[in-house]
Amino acid sequence: MGRKLDPTKKEKRGPGRKARKQKGAETELAKFLPAGGDENSKRLSSRARKRAAKRRLGSAEAPETNKSPGAKPLPGKLPKGFCKPFGVSAGAVQTPGKKEASSLFNMARGKKRPAPTHSSAEEEEEDSEGDGVVNQEDLWGSEDSDADMIDDYGAGSNSEDEDEDDDEELLPIERAARKQKAQEAVAGDQWSEEETDEEEEEEQVSAESGPREDEESEGGLQINVDEEEPLLPPAGEVEQDTQAPDLQCVHKRIQDIVGVLRDFGTQREEGRSRSEYLQRLRKDLATYYSYGDFLLGKLMDLFPLSELVEFLEANEVPRPITLRTNTLKTRRRDLAQALINRGVNLDPLGKWSKTGLVVYDSSVPIGATPEYLAGHYMLQGASSMLPVMALAPQEHERILDMCCAPGGKTSYIAQLMKNTGVILANDANAERLKSVVGNLHRLGVTNAIISHYDGRQFPKVVGGFDRVLLDAPCSGTGVISKDPAVKTNKDEKDILRCAHLQKELLLSAIDSVNASSKTGGYLVYCTCSIMVEENEWVVDYALKKRNVRLVPTGLDFGQEGFTRFRERRFHPTLRSTRRFYPHTHNMDGFFIAKFKKFSNSIPQSQTGNSATSTPTNPDLPNVNGQVTPKSESGSPSTKKAGQAKQRLQKQQHPKKSSFQKQNGISKGTDTELSTVSAVTKAQASSKLQDSSQPPETAAVVREPKEAGKLKQQSPKLQSSRKAAFRKQRAPPKTMDTDLPAAPSLSKTQATPKPEDRDQPFGNTTGAEKVKHQVAEQPFKKAAFQKRDGTPKGLKTPTVSSRSSSRPPPAKRRKSQSRGSLQPALTSVDG
Amino acid sequence: MRPLTEEETRVMFEKIAKYIGENLQLLVDRPDGTYCFRLHKDRVYYVSEKILKLAANISGDKLVSLGTCFGKFTKTHKFRLHITALDYLAPYAKYKVWIKPGAEQSFLYGNHVLKSGLGRITENTSQYQGVVVYSMADVPLHPQGEKSLNTHCLHGGEIYLHLTLTSAYKGSTITYCIRNEMDIQSPGANSPSTSTAEALSRPHILTPQDSVSVSL
Repeated sequence: MGRKLDPTKKEKRGPGRKARKQKGAETELAKFLPAGGDENSKRLSSRARKRAAKRRLGSAEAPETNKSPGAKPLPGKLPKGFCKPFGVSAGAVQTPGKKEASSLFNMARGKKRPAPTHSSAEEEEEDSEGDGVVNQEDLWGSEDSDADMIDDYGAGSNSEDEDEDDDEELLPIERAARKQKAQEAVAGDQWSEEETDEEEEEEQVSAESGPREDEESEGGLQINVDEEEPLLPPAGEVEQDTQAPDLQCVHKRIQDIVGVLRDFGTQREEGRSRSEYLQRLRKDLATYYSYGDFLLGKLMDLFPLSELVEFLEANEVPRPITLRTNTLKTRRRDLAQALINRGVNLDPLGKWSKTGLVVYDSSVPIGATPEYLAGHYMLQGASSMLPVMALAPQEHERILDMCCAPGGKTSYIAQLMKNTGVILANDANAERLKSVVGNLHRLGVTNAIISHYDGRQFPKVVGGFDRVLLDAPCSGTGVISKDPAVKTNKDEKDILRCAHLQKELLLSAIDSVNASSKTGGYLVYCTCSIMVEENEWVVDYALKKRNVRLVPTGLDFGQEGFTRFRERRFHPTLRSTRRFYPHTHNMDGFFIAKFKKFSNSIPQSQTGNSATSTPTNPDLPNVNGQVTPKSESGSPSTKKAGQAKQRLQKQQHPKKSSFQKQNGISKGTDTELSTVSAVTKAQASSKLQDSSQPPETAAVVREPKEAGKLKQQSPKLQSSRKAAFRKQRAPPKTMDTDLPAAPSLSKTQATPKPEDRDQPFGNTTGAEKVKHQVAEQPFKKAAFQKRDGTPKGLKTPTVSSRSSSRPPPAKRRKSQSRGSLQPALTSVDG
Repeated sequence: MRPLTEEETRVMFEKIAKYIGENLQLLVDRPDGTYCFRLHKDRVYYVSEKILKLAANISGDKLVSLGTCFGKFTKTHKFRLHITALDYLAPYAKYKVWIKPGAEQSFLYGNHVLKSGLGRITENTSQYQGVVVYSMADVPLHPQGEKSLNTHCLHGGEIYLHLTLTSAYKGSTITYCIRNEMDIQSPGANSPSTSTAEALSRPHILTPQDSVSVSL
């Protein structure tokens, strides 16, 4: 009986329906003819321009036509009006505009200009609305009045389409209010662009003389309204938080503010600073997405604004379910077939994965199919496969998975190794280990040992692994969609506590790697956090503390890690780390760094206190006053350092290190720096001389082979390293930059570690070696001097070491630039 | 962690032999290195010598599991096979039962298998024989004999199940076992719950006592 309910044709109800219905018909038409809408808009734009011109001429006329007393609240009252839209714009049916296409709004606005009249009109009067429009049009230019009306709606509906979903849930009245608001918000832009001259004039006027504003009544008033309306509360006024905020309002405002901030120069409200906008935006985002203030602040630091909103949106949506085929038991094709037969809709995950499948929907519980129980697949997030791919385990290796629960990555490692070799799967949490046991048995992993240690004990328990995977415990800011509690329950302390633990774990992980492994010597560090504190910072810390360097992860997508973040500067090789975000890659937020360990020796703490590392040349008198206080305590470590150095020397060109020593003697400046440069040099030179040590070569192969490039790389490396160290050196700050959260802990870490760490590496007395080394010196020096200048590669380090011995930490930039200049120098030399 | 005593070895081998008979020999003498059984917290683990060496570094209380868990000794020194041993038993199993797809899911969730659900069965299966249950997923490529069985294992098209034809212990199926992972693990960590879990998950693999009373 009667008409069927058509959900697409939602008729508006309430008083004044007749008028609206006509409009509704128009909008619906436009809905079905989206292209037409576009045309309309294009056609309109010229008219709009025409009319704008007319308006400019006859701006005096405007007041009478547009007069709508009381309709527009004064700027001061606006925010209230914005949040409680009903009173303001009861009957107005205006088009909501999205900020995206400002041109569209321009013409739309040109059309809409008469609209405010309707908004002010009483409901009863709306029936005659059409007439009103016509009248106005007559005033401005009668020839195109009718067409304008239609076009007006068409244009409106065009943009309405975009907001349609939102509109569905709204009452007609709300919808109307929103539309008007949107239009008003948009209007500000047009004024600025379309009628710049007028606006300027107005601004001048309004700045100089208040009365003029009244005089200009309608136009002027509206402009002000438009500009100020949604975004910021008036300067002096405090935000009223009495009522619960309307989420729609907030959402709209977020969009608007982002729009304004994107083009701040032109779109901002006079006299409002960016920070005011940002503050407002932050508040709104916190309200709308229910984030804690702290985390939101962090995220705002991390992402540009537009991306931030995307990120927050992405966190509201769960990631797709992905599963990984257990190639120990089946093949992907077979598995896919079996699952499809069970009514699961799936697809291969992506080009980068040969085992992943993504599940769109399923008629059976995906975690309880017979295939699952038989261990043919594992439910695993896409991002969790990446670290294992980066680790690239080889068959017959010894691998440590330091924080393995719940065993997904471990089983992936096992399957890549085809159940050969040994995997030591460790986790500190006994509860979670149960799932590891279950999963590994289910998936048929037979080469695993599951242990229950604290990861930090590791090199003591067992060491000498070919590869180590450290999936460190973290704050979980990358997986907010899984655990929304993160939004609010994290604060600075939590993050830094995580970071501290991660640093400890990473150091133990590095110490557990056997650098002289034939096939490996690699370590992958990953977290499911996106905080810089837990990622780049930790990695940078490890780079300073241990003989490791970053190598490409082997993943061809993902964003590069930060080398600079706000006030922090990280090692330039951090570019080879990878970040993954929910909004860009549709997987959990993740960070992956791959290290290559190039020496088993542990450089003795240059960081915590410079003293321990300073007396690398024991026979030298300490020139620097700052060095002395800890020299007694540092004496054993001195030996160690000497030993380490000795080792390095053996590995690298002898001349270089001897030169460095000589340099230290002659200049007698900061010895610590010289050690540092020795280390960096060691790294650089290890890159330069592929052939000298077999374990290095494997990694070096990846580097471009051309000598020129290598040359270029090394000085850069050095200089930046140096810069990093210099930063570290600045005495009081060091601790802070490294471990601000727990300075006491860091101290403990700095001091007792030498003893701990040395155990695995044999305690042959370093003193002898040092002596030996010292004895060699003159000879080497001579050798160096003789050969000075001959090989190209050698020149660079010498220059840089000199530059490094120059003290000023403030001139870091300068020295860096010098470093970058070096290649040119050397090439000239050579 | 220690090697098994004579007695323990005998008990365990007797049990395993019920399923794979003389193929037990193949389990111990493998071409790809030495494998051995180790007892750790009453669990018996089947593990390669190489892995054993590394595991020796880990202290007993911190070691949770290694290699594959085959089963456990009860307090009365009986041996109970665990579901996790299935991967090793299935390829060598002498007697097998295949279950039709319709009955498969229901069987997985711990129900009886009626005669109508029985797809096929190895000839000469005696009444109290230990068997390994397969689903019918491998029907098209299913000749009999050892060779074909190996190919099944490689392809992984089939799913190994256990038969609870008459006595449907809840815990006797793969489903239950996987869901109660803790039972695979050594009891140390979860001692309070062990007893109940144990009671529930009695024999994981059909023992001669679980009669195959389906009239064959």
